[in-house]
Amino acid sequence: MESIPDTIARRTARNRWLLLIPALAILLFAASGPLLITLVYSVLTPGDYGGVEWQFSLDAWFNVFMQRDIFDDTLGWSDAHLSIFWRSVKLSALTTLACLAFGFPTAYFIATRPKKQRDLWMLLIIIPFWTNLLIRTFAILELIRNEGTVNTVLIALGLIDEPIQMLFTEFSILLGMVYVYLPLMVLPIYASMERFDFRLVEAGYDLYATRFRVLRKVILPLVKPGVIAGSILVFVPSLGAYVTPRVMGGGNQLMIGNLIELQFGQGRNWPLGAALSITLLAIVMVALLAYVRVAGNEETPHG
Amino acid sequence: MTKAISARALRKVYPGTPPVEALGGVDIDIADNEFFTLLGPSGCGKTTILRLIAGFEHPTSGSLDMFGQSLLDLPPYKRQINTVFQSYALFPHMSVAENIGFGLEMLGKPKSEIKSTVAEMMDLVQMSHLADRQTSQISGGQQQRVALARALAPKPRVLLLDEPLSALDFKLRKNMQLELKRLQTETGITFIFVTHDQEEALTMSDRIAVMSDGAIRQIGSPRDIYDHPADRFVADFIGDTNFLPADVIATEGERVSLRLGSGKTITAPARHAGGGRVTLAVRPEHARLEAEDSGLLPGVLSDAVYFGTDTHFHIALDDGTAFVLRQQNSPDTETRFAKGERVSVSFPGEVAQVLRD
Repeated sequence: MESIPDTIARRTARNRWLLLIPALAILLFAASGPLLITLVYSVLTPGDYGGVEWQFSLDAWFNVFMQRDIFDDTLGWSDAHLSIFWRSVKLSALTTLACLAFGFPTAYFIATRPKKQRDLWMLLIIIPFWTNLLIRTFAILELIRNEGTVNTVLIALGLIDEPIQMLFTEFSILLGMVYVYLPLMVLPIYASMERFDFRLVEAGYDLYATRFRVLRKVILPLVKPGVIAGSILVFVPSLGAYVTPRVMGGGNQLMIGNLIELQFGQGRNWPLGAALSITLLAIVMVALLAYVRVAGNEETPHG
Repeated sequence: MTKAISARALRKVYPGTPPVEALGGVDIDIADNEFFTLLGPSGCGKTTILRLIAGFEHPTSGSLDMFGQSLLDLPPYKRQINTVFQSYALFPHMSVAENIGFGLEMLGKPKSEIKSTVAEMMDLVQMSHLADRQTSQISGGQQQRVALARALAPKPRVLLLDEPLSALDFKLRKNMQLELKRLQTETGITFIFVTHDQEEALTMSDRIAVMSDGAIRQIGSPRDIYDHPADRFVADFIGDTNFLPADVIATEGERVSLRLGSGKTITAPARHAGGGRVTLAVRPEHARLEAEDSGLLPGVLSDAVYFGTDTHFHIALDDGTAFVLRQQNSPDTETRFAKGERVSVSFPGEVAQVLRD
């Protein structure tokens, strides 16, 4: 015999699990599942025409970092991969810094406009974000290619004789990524700044702080959550960027995203692609942990 | 008199359609070591003057000097002036002690000096026990003290206070009024205090400037302003006042003879001599209630309100004006007149103020 309260307790417990099902399903099928498949694929043997053979192998992981010389079989670092990793990290870091350099003043500008105008300014920041990524990237390409707007104008003005090669360089990738990810920096900083009490700026000036020191000692510490969020939002997708480096970098300036795509496509080496994906994930995690630690420690108590 | 602050024809117009003239050519001299109050209703331009002195705004025209040197080309962080903000504007990411030390730190003072000055300031405003608290963890009154200590710590030559007591409750406000006055005397710093509360102004100030519509109506000691208001606005704004119409019938030197609405005549001191019709101001506590035929202005007692320390009598004068007078209570006095009874109001000519129109 079951007592009534016991049944109710059981029913509530069961209902609780039922309510959790959507969340659990998403976690299982959208987050853990694919990750698990990738992990499994990374320790299998590549199939001849793509796909995988169900045979355990650590070759893919070996190939992520190392390579065997074709001629004398000596073991060495995989220079090609390492340089691509390095380029990815470097360009992503530079993208984040550039977005910060342009995004912070932009957010400050918007936050200090009269309330009625702010939404309009924010709309101007967001509109490009609604446009297709590929179209935006090609727009930048159109600007900086050898026969593009910038070079044409410069030549017409007589400032240069030969077009400047901007496209298919690291610079062009950087430019493209900064343009594409800038709204992701502006939005969170603006959100922090909108809540910032600008009377504190006057208090800072009043207490002998110059403009720079007001920025450093009063504004930055208080909008730091926005700066951290913006930096993460820009850095993480930059690291895995695929479209922008593909279009702006041509074929010779690969980033990790392109390298992974190559393995799943022409390379027909799915295990290597899977291993590279997990490496990318690891780099993101390490970078984030390091960043949060540094950014969190910056504000040390005085005296 | 050493002038701490001296303004000439100070004018501030905010751009817009139409442009707003917040301050229309104001002259002020504030002495060193003075507790000076700018008093007026909101929108009278008092806060604008404060912001001009602090350097947050730039005047449209006019001059502004501190101890004989022009302030106009100095940014706020180069003026030896500190402000206690109405909202306190404490830095929320710093502790109480860090807030108080901020100004000194920005001035590049050595650490040891900052530490000792901060300790001294916290002692001065009785906040030593809360040095390490975050500013969000202390009460409004405590925040007010921190804001005060923060502004005093760099030892400014002039301290600006922008309605700093308006957010406090009545009891706390009374205490802080006395404390502010004490701090001003102890530190010897010139205080410029902005308020719309006339009582606050009267109790604390050495001198008061009464303002309205971007202009100064009168500058003087609290007593001067209360007893001898320069015009109707000042008389009305400071304390309660009865206004009576009167006609000048003769002028003899510093005194004028006036005929009141009831036909009776009095002589009053006249600083602003003029002819024809004038307005007389009589404070409620300066008038007496008398029997119908013995006073100056007859009327009907319409109401008597008991306030503890005093009783307010509302009288409808026969010429139609309303008159309020106050009489101090003590246990041995009793009300002689009943509501609806015919009475009269009486006052010596000396207490009546002839106002310029």
